[in-house]
Amino acid sequence: MKTLLAHLTGLYGPSGKEEAVRQAIQQEIKDYVDEIHEDVMGNLIAVKKGNGSGRKVMLAAHMDQIGLIVTNIDENGFLRFSNIGGVSPFNVLHRRVVFQNGVTGAVSYETELEEIKNLKLNKMYIDIGAASREEAKKLVQIGDIAVYHAPMADRENRFFGCAMDDRAGCAVLVETIKAVKNSPNELFFVFTVQEEVGLRGARTSAYSINPDIGISLDVTITGDTPKSRPMAINLGDGPAVKVKDSSLICHPMVKNLMIQRAEEAGIPYQLEVLEAGGTDSGAIHLSREGVPSGVISIPCRYVHSAHEMVDKNDLENAVKLLTRILENEIA
Amino acid sequence: MAELLKRLTEARGVTGNEDEVRGIILELAAQSGAEVSVDRMGNVIARRPGRTGGKKIMLAAHMDEVGFIISSISENGMLKFKPVGGIDQRILLSKRVRIGKDGIPGVIGVKAIHLQEPSERNTVIKQKQMYIDIGAHSREEAQKVVEAGDYASFDSSFTPFGDNKVKAKALDDRAGCAILLELLKETYDFDLIACFTVQEEIGLRGAEVAAWHVEPDMAVVVEGTTCADIPDVPEHMYTTRMGMGPAISFMDHSSIADPKLFQQMVETAENHSIPYQIKEAIAGGNDAGSIQKSRGGVRTIVVSVPCRYIHSSSSVMDLNDYYNTIALVKEFLKGCETR
Repeated sequence: MKTLLAHLTGLYGPSGKEEAVRQAIQQEIKDYVDEIHEDVMGNLIAVKKGNGSGRKVMLAAHMDQIGLIVTNIDENGFLRFSNIGGVSPFNVLHRRVVFQNGVTGAVSYETELEEIKNLKLNKMYIDIGAASREEAKKLVQIGDIAVYHAPMADRENRFFGCAMDDRAGCAVLVETIKAVKNSPNELFFVFTVQEEVGLRGARTSAYSINPDIGISLDVTITGDTPKSRPMAINLGDGPAVKVKDSSLICHPMVKNLMIQRAEEAGIPYQLEVLEAGGTDSGAIHLSREGVPSGVISIPCRYVHSAHEMVDKNDLENAVKLLTRILENEIA
Repeated sequence: MAELLKRLTEARGVTGNEDEVRGIILELAAQSGAEVSVDRMGNVIARRPGRTGGKKIMLAAHMDEVGFIISSISENGMLKFKPVGGIDQRILLSKRVRIGKDGIPGVIGVKAIHLQEPSERNTVIKQKQMYIDIGAHSREEAQKVVEAGDYASFDSSFTPFGDNKVKAKALDDRAGCAILLELLKETYDFDLIACFTVQEEIGLRGAEVAAWHVEPDMAVVVEGTTCADIPDVPEHMYTTRMGMGPAISFMDHSSIADPKLFQQMVETAENHSIPYQIKEAIAGGNDAGSIQKSRGGVRTIVVSVPCRYIHSSSSVMDLNDYYNTIALVKEFLKGCETR
């Protein structure tokens, strides 16, 4: 899990530019699935056929990560940018970022700003060390996207780095694909695009697949850090069975199935109510005439920062729980 | 050509009430030889079957414009109203409007400067405080010509001025509608389906059902987009620059351009020496947001004509940008024949 996660989180893949992640995942899973293809939006869809008696299940984890998109290059070579997904000015301030071609830069801001609390993205810029517009344009074009440059580190069971949201979910799906042996269900593993900008890849893939059940894997915030906002999720206490977030209310059948499978196998789990935020199941459950959907969440500190932190046991238990759900009959 | 823009921009078509615009488009699209129909939402679908058929390319431009809806009529005959679509309330005072089917003239009023407290003069007057005066003395009199639920639009003429510029209301997106009508005059290998959509300004609603119905292989959205190359705005927030050519979007709040189509559009401009610019912001959204997510997904690209003072009664557009947008999309479509 550690090697896989370090590999996946180290890849460049902001919304709309998920190629590298898609290729890496395809390599990882191609020998373990019956069919694999990329759709028009760029979603990677891998199928493990069932024995015909079970249900059609869609599993989703998103490949894309948040990023900074260049909107203007000034005459002195500074890059102005806008956000791809939820980017807080304070999370990116003075971070190192990297573009697809490997060009790196530092994020800073107009220091005449009187109150730092008034910091907005349009008062910020990326400095790639270019001395002029001409020099900068040799390296970066308008529309290019930078992501955090933060290779994964670990200590004991804790992994931290950028893009755990949602490469951690992708890693869990990859390991689940390898772990699932006999399933009565027809399984569609979807590594989605453009989740961070509005659950777009999940919406179109759910339409194409037309599943009976939808389950997505994504990170969720924790409430276990000093003076954090109340949130009944702790790092290391097990994968979370989502009850609701702002994108969906999980279908009771799916939620209860998750709880039942966790309890009968003695897999630790937590129940999650996320007040703000959504994930792919938000799009899946509204596809066509509706799809009963749920979410297994991976507890993660500092979501959308360069140092998102997850716990190895939570990841492994998520694989166990998901495998158990998929290998059994789904009512 | 300017006649077409004049006719389209002076027609009234606030979101949900696009009848007048639809009428003009139906007439002109049919004249160009397209097969036209209107769907249940009110979108105009104009088809031009291809020489060889097969691929379906959808073009989209929205017919609706921002405006107002009458919410109630006060005892003294003044009309209270609500904005439809995104309108800056600071631009409303003293603007002329036309109301209802018959286009009753009115003016947006608020108490005169003499009656305002000093503190009021230093704050923005809220839209809620404004009303539309149609010259009626009483509710009864007003009700003879207007009722709650009637739409009102800016009353603003199409005026050429300056260096090849035009001023009009509703350039967003009648400019796009006019461009689609021009493009419909040609036949291509593939089936071309031009969709003139309703209700874009309040949530890309018409495009959603149009795309479902058309089920295209790809789509080109033609828009009027914001242009802030004006004093007091730092250069990195211009978004687009007037006269620098059609703006190609890599991304906005509603969609990310398909990377191959984006590349193809840029190359088309360069190969044919058509001026173009990259839209330097991700602000705003448009019909591509709905179309891209239709069914199993549709590859989309957005090309826009820069418009200063967009969503106001006096938007400004450079006719060169307009003609170059027609040229660019036309060449792009020709390029799609061989791909």
